[in-house]
Amino acid sequence: MAYLLQQMINGLTLGSIYGLIAIGYTMVYGIIGMINFAHGEIYMIGAFVAVIAFTAFANFPLVVAILLVLLFTMMITAAYGWTVERVAYRPLRGSFRLAPLISAIGMSIFLQNYIQLIQGARNKPVPPMIQGGFTVWDDAGFTVQLSYLQIIIVVTTVVLMVGFTRFINTTSLGRQQRACEQDKTMASLLGVNVDRTVSLTFVMGAALAAVAGVMVTLYYGVVDFFLGFLAGLKAFTAAVLGGIGSLPGAMLGGLLIGLIEALWAGYFSSEWKDVAAFSILVLVLIFRPQGLLGRPEVEKV
Amino acid sequence: MSATMVEDARPARGAVVKELVLTALIGLALTVPLVSYQTIDAVGGLQLESRWGSTAVIIVALVLGRLGIILLRTPGSETWVAVGGGLAAVIGLLDLFRDTVADALGMTAWPAVTPTYTLSFLIGVGGAILAIRAVLQISRRASSMSKAERDARAEAVGEQLRKLIRVFATAAVLLALTLPFLPFSNRYVLDVGTLIVTYVMLGWGLNIIVGYAGLLDLGFVAFYAVGAYSYALAAQHLGISFWLALPFAGLLAASFGLLLGFPVLRLRGDYFAIVTLGFGEIIRIVLINWYDVTNGPDGISGIPRPDFFGLAVMTRNGSDGLPAFHELFGIPFSSEHRIIFLYYLIVAMAALVAIFTIRIRRLPIGRAWEALREDDIACASLGINRTSIKLAAFGISAAWGGFAGAFFATRQGFISPESFTFIESAIILAIVVMGGMGSLVGIAIAAMLLIGLPEVFRDLAEYRMVAFGAGLVMIMIWRPRGLLSHREPSVLLADRMPPGRLAPKPAPAAEEAGV
Repeated sequence: MAYLLQQMINGLTLGSIYGLIAIGYTMVYGIIGMINFAHGEIYMIGAFVAVIAFTAFANFPLVVAILLVLLFTMMITAAYGWTVERVAYRPLRGSFRLAPLISAIGMSIFLQNYIQLIQGARNKPVPPMIQGGFTVWDDAGFTVQLSYLQIIIVVTTVVLMVGFTRFINTTSLGRQQRACEQDKTMASLLGVNVDRTVSLTFVMGAALAAVAGVMVTLYYGVVDFFLGFLAGLKAFTAAVLGGIGSLPGAMLGGLLIGLIEALWAGYFSSEWKDVAAFSILVLVLIFRPQGLLGRPEVEKV
Repeated sequence: MSATMVEDARPARGAVVKELVLTALIGLALTVPLVSYQTIDAVGGLQLESRWGSTAVIIVALVLGRLGIILLRTPGSETWVAVGGGLAAVIGLLDLFRDTVADALGMTAWPAVTPTYTLSFLIGVGGAILAIRAVLQISRRASSMSKAERDARAEAVGEQLRKLIRVFATAAVLLALTLPFLPFSNRYVLDVGTLIVTYVMLGWGLNIIVGYAGLLDLGFVAFYAVGAYSYALAAQHLGISFWLALPFAGLLAASFGLLLGFPVLRLRGDYFAIVTLGFGEIIRIVLINWYDVTNGPDGISGIPRPDFFGLAVMTRNGSDGLPAFHELFGIPFSSEHRIIFLYYLIVAMAALVAIFTIRIRRLPIGRAWEALREDDIACASLGINRTSIKLAAFGISAAWGGFAGAFFATRQGFISPESFTFIESAIILAIVVMGGMGSLVGIAIAAMLLIGLPEVFRDLAEYRMVAFGAGLVMIMIWRPRGLLSHREPSVLLADRMPPGRLAPKPAPAAEEAGV
């Protein structure tokens, strides 16, 4: 029982990180109907920027350093998100339907190897900055730990999610996004700048992925250039599981994937945990392609 | 009058300045932490090493390049772009060969503007592209041809090019057949040739599902892996020879294709792509973790080489009751015989795929694939069973992947899950996409470029994948139909036949009357 609780705590932490990345997938899919395959790489770039920033701001007080790193990383990563859209996706609007996906795969390979080239192929370690935690439960020698870092990660995610959902639901930019999601032509006729809205969608998705990158740097303390591929696939699975296009769905999907992965690793075997995630992706797409909270898609001629 | 003109010019200038400032800011954000600081391992954690020189050059180059693109849009300023771009190209070229230039001029060091060779190369190429575009625009304006005339000429050039391609294809086939006997041929050339032809075969195999059926398969390497492992395991545990295992490897890969394909073929284009990617990864993870059977990450070694059609073995001394190859033919022993034999083996297998592909395009199923690719809903409305023809494409494609995999295993003598990563799928996909999905010649050329060039420029190996990713993006932007964009349907209505083959049918009078 204590073991289960511990695995659930770990799973929820991991799931929060997946959820933050999944939002980027789900928003982009919602608005231009493409799978932004390079989004995992954007998250990886966020983690690298965080490593550099943590090293640079090492002398600041901890709280200030973390806040500065968060802001800085979000800005830089958002610029990368914007550039990727501008360079690799915008010229392809109106091209044949698989073109953006192929371009995104190219972008993903490019970014991965670009980071490897300019920052080196070795793992980048960061010293643990936030240590300690509560002992939630002590069950015959097995203690259930809830670290401060886990609390920070989950709380940050929840705050960002609530803020973000409010942002999409209430601001005029959010309204424009939802308008573009429904009908881009009609939205542009009504004075919505579609290009700008799509760009800002990428910027927001990248900023949230950057937060995930900072969190994962703090949590695992090590970053490498290959980090984005698996995390990206799992976050995409989370977005599909929750129902692609739906923000609460992305969060729910992320938490579920995190939980499943942690429990699978805890009770079966950690080597096969990636198979679990991929199998879920396949099963959801086959049996419930609209996901848990999504609307079924109608094929239009 | 002059007041309005000033008013016309000013906002434009303001907009340009705004755009340039934006470019500079974006450039700053893209470079400042990631390029300007490199993390290096040091005692007691990471340390940062700054590279401000490169950063400054990148930002200046970005802003100037952006200015060039803006000037290209305003008629009359192309000359400036041509001069500036040409200048950048020259600077880049001189800096790239800075040592040679300094030697030639008798200087101790060439005063290079760009701090690293990578930047010299990028700035040179960027400048050249801008200059070429500017010159093209100027010449287009100077010529008195109308748009229709230009189109006609472009069409004629395209026709010439297509004829040239036919000549090229013939030459390539001849080269492939005679390669081992050409004067410059040696072991290294044959090894590279074998590698290229393997990828040509993989490309042609994947082409059936991507190029003809129009489904993006990101997990093709899974079938390659199934083929390779099925031969390796059959040879190790059951002692089955290569020739017996080959059809078995293809069949097994095809059944894997059908098994995996059946549940996912209902999915839409990009979902399908992601699920195939997931399958590819699952198979790789299984290969890594199913230690008892696959020997996990250590892989399988000592995979037997193929014998000469059961008549002889390709070693110095005969074994298992078979004579050695050189004894059979009464020629002196050479270790190159085996290399040549393997080379011809893969050429024959690739030729088989090519013939099969060309023939099946003319069968009803080939036509159905093409219909599916062009418009799958219309295809279904015409009564074609989408699932079964997709499944056929998936299975056939997988079978070719399996054959190639068995060849890979027997050639390398060692396989491990490392050889079957997503990047491998992406490379094969890039070959198909670059070649112009559906064009066999295009795919062969793309395979030569993508596999052959990195072999030639081995010193630049670390740049290979960066260039490869960027290349995929650029092809999608500039030539989304591939280098040889040639994708006319293989059947046309009679009145759309090229002139000369069938005279256009006169339209019935009733239609002209608007009935």
